[in-house]
Amino acid sequence: MANKDAVGLEGPAFDLMIERGKVREFARATQSRNPEYLDEAEPPIPPTFLVTVAFWQPPEAAQLFDKLDIDNRRLLHGEQEFLFTGRPPRAGTRLTARTRVEEIYEKEGKKGGTMTFVVNVTDFHDADGQLVAQSRSTAIETGKPPTQ
Amino acid sequence: MTATYATEGQQLPARTFGPLSRTDFVRYQGASGDFNPIHHDELYAKSAGFDTVFSVGMLQAGLLATYCTDLLGASNVRRFRVQFREQVWPDDTLTVTGRVVRSYEADEEPRVDVELEVTRQTGGVAIRGEATFAT
Repeated sequence: MANKDAVGLEGPAFDLMIERGKVREFARATQSRNPEYLDEAEPPIPPTFLVTVAFWQPPEAAQLFDKLDIDNRRLLHGEQEFLFTGRPPRAGTRLTARTRVEEIYEKEGKKGGTMTFVVNVTDFHDADGQLVAQSRSTAIETGKPPTQ
Repeated sequence: MTATYATEGQQLPARTFGPLSRTDFVRYQGASGDFNPIHHDELYAKSAGFDTVFSVGMLQAGLLATYCTDLLGASNVRRFRVQFREQVWPDDTLTVTGRVVRSYEADEEPRVDVELEVTRQTGGVAIRGEATFAT
């Protein structure tokens, strides 16, 4: 079962440079033909692009996840949300990302026993310190492995 | 491109994606940085008890986002939320639909909230979603 003492833990802040090539690659991989992504010199990021923090987060940020003590065989991605405080950031922008464990709660599942929900929130600030985006990810640890 | 979907109750035109291939999964994993082998390594997926590899949830979420930004404008997204339901498998064809549920002003701009759904060819729901766009 996930370690409830992990609530409030925060990973280190790290930089994420939004690069045009990565934006175009991501747009193609999500089957977009939108010229706003593919042709502009400084394209905006697609709505789910900030998942690419996975490339740049330092090992200490991944250790935050280890402290949750989640059994990977019982791990599901339950929900994901991206919030933008205005227009989505564009290529050429340097963002600072920081992830925290916001909430851990339990629900009784229909067939898999008790399910544990872990909500991780990542804030993205621009060079002026303004919050420009937030990612909210809900992981679910099921009562038993999903294939059983 | 952006002005025509601002009426509450209005349906967005449906769009299909796929059939999705293992190459589509790999391409998304390369673009996103999520290299969980359960989505591309057949032996690993079988050892974990699955018949074969399955799609990355965030791939179908990304296809849903593409649907939204193509219709409503790439710079207009303000919120995008998905809840994952059924898994998506190789050769699945996904149908994406949306509906405007609210049209209003916030932060000094006109906005719409849309309800979204991604369904598999079986009729099973892969994703329920909702999004907010400036119009």
